[in-house]
Amino acid sequence: MEELPGRKSEKTAATEALVKIRGLAKSYRRGDQVVPVLSDISLDIMPGDFTALMGPSGSGKSTLLNLIAGIDKPDSGELRVAGIDITALGESELADWRAANVGFIFQFYNLMPVLTAFENVELPLMLTGLSRSERRARVELTLDAVGLSDRLQHYPNELSGGQQQRVAIARAIVTDPTLLVADEPTGDLDRVSAADVLAMMQRLNAELGKTIIMVTHDANAAHAARKIIHLDKGEILAQPGDKGEILPEPPS
Amino acid sequence: MASATAIPLSYVARNLWTRRLTTALTAGGLALVVWVFATVLMLDAGLKQTLVTTGEHDNIVAIRRGSETEIQSGISRTQANIIASHPAVALGTDGERMVSKETVVLISLKKTGAGKPSNVIIRGVSAKGMTLRPQIRLAQGRPFRPGSAEIMVGSSIARGFEGTAVGDTLHFAQRDWTVSGHFDAGGSGFDSEIWGDADQLMQAFRRIGYSSMVVRLADAGDATLEQLRGDINADPRLTNEIKREQVFYSDQSRALSTFITILGLTLTAIFSIGAMIGAMITMYASVSSRVAEIGTLRALGFRRSGVLYAFMAESLLLGLAGGLIGLAFASLMQFASFSTTNFQTFADL
Repeated sequence: MEELPGRKSEKTAATEALVKIRGLAKSYRRGDQVVPVLSDISLDIMPGDFTALMGPSGSGKSTLLNLIAGIDKPDSGELRVAGIDITALGESELADWRAANVGFIFQFYNLMPVLTAFENVELPLMLTGLSRSERRARVELTLDAVGLSDRLQHYPNELSGGQQQRVAIARAIVTDPTLLVADEPTGDLDRVSAADVLAMMQRLNAELGKTIIMVTHDANAAHAARKIIHLDKGEILAQPGDKGEILPEPPS
Repeated sequence: MASATAIPLSYVARNLWTRRLTTALTAGGLALVVWVFATVLMLDAGLKQTLVTTGEHDNIVAIRRGSETEIQSGISRTQANIIASHPAVALGTDGERMVSKETVVLISLKKTGAGKPSNVIIRGVSAKGMTLRPQIRLAQGRPFRPGSAEIMVGSSIARGFEGTAVGDTLHFAQRDWTVSGHFDAGGSGFDSEIWGDADQLMQAFRRIGYSSMVVRLADAGDATLEQLRGDINADPRLTNEIKREQVFYSDQSRALSTFITILGLTLTAIFSIGAMIGAMITMYASVSSRVAEIGTLRALGFRRSGVLYAFMAESLLLGLAGGLIGLAFASLMQFASFSTTNFQTFADL
């Protein structure tokens, strides 16, 4: 791994980084003005990490997440996920890559309102070569894992917010992706449901070894992660490390 | 393997079902267009059918040169006799020449129900008039007796006009005419006519010449027709032209047929612009209210083409539903029949 000026070296990792970012920059055009969102981001995320991206609104944390998840493209810089340079992929290749490698959890769950819990979880499996019965087995297993085996035929509007987010988690993990990305997964939930969802993500990380990147501005939620990266005005404020070293005590 | 057709149809169909009011209104608009267009085409086809079946292939109609209809035409007794004696004319089983010298007059009769007057064609025919039109069958009563004040009415007239039952009398041309029978002309234009004895009608209407004459050719081939046409053109006493009966009647329908087609196309064009805008608004609303869903589908790894396919399938399903409903209603229209005025003869059809 290369040394970056002004930054202290990464801890020497035994394994190759899952997400490797070097000098990543992204800006948006607003009218004829160019608004920089991310400038010169360098970052490594190891397999099995549970990383929280924190920062105020407009700090670029969601943009960074979208770039890593392959739903947006950087202006410049290097971005490799599991060794693949995803900035070089075309639109359709990128879609196929997302289908195979990334699971998404959104703030507002983003379930298809016209599909049942079962069908929502089955949706990403439509992009795989699995047979109908294989899909059924996978969906039932996954919904059982998130504790919703009795809600298979319920539509999203028949479920509580916490239950909907659990369906969304099931949808994110049903394809067994390399990387799980979550954008404010607890932003629309009450305290109890939020704790429930965070505990579930911790379990996915601890028991199944899922690599999770979560964007949040809630310190409580960030506390659930193993590492926290702070962003402000498009730059990383502190190097990723153990949360005890970086984080001030979370507000109780 | 990712495929572009992965978004399940159940998702597409259920989105339509969830917004069923919008779906129904849009499909209804499309159905209306299809219905109007199909009905106009049916009307036009029905009109052509009526007028084309009016003619026999080996019959020719002679009228005065330059006139388009029998109403405008006139043939003097001398001219009629010259044409009738031409060798191209067929002979009947009784040895008589297969010729009907006819007079055509419009009179006004009251329609059943509304009592509104409408123009009706009265056709005076010779004794061979019915033999020359084999599609005409007696439906009720008996044929008119030659030389008497008797008439027979076509089935459309019998249905649609007052005082046309067998035994009734109609008053026109200062005389009373007894209805001796009804005839059925198999849906052809003759169904909308009243027939009587040519000589009686000419006297009553004070006509000195015939309107037209119908001649059966001895040989249906074009050569015979051309020979007769050539002889008529060469004879300075004859100012007539001849046409096959079928051509004659379909030419008569041309103006009306064109009018109906243009009217239909105009209506359909206006309606379909409205329906297209309606469908566009529906689909636009459908897309814009589901931007987040589309984003989610894309994030899950569905390709742009897959999402496009889903929305195309949705709009095609909508159009298919509208089209089928429109055709279903249009097919009900085949049980309806219309009475209309032929522009070129001003008579009820």
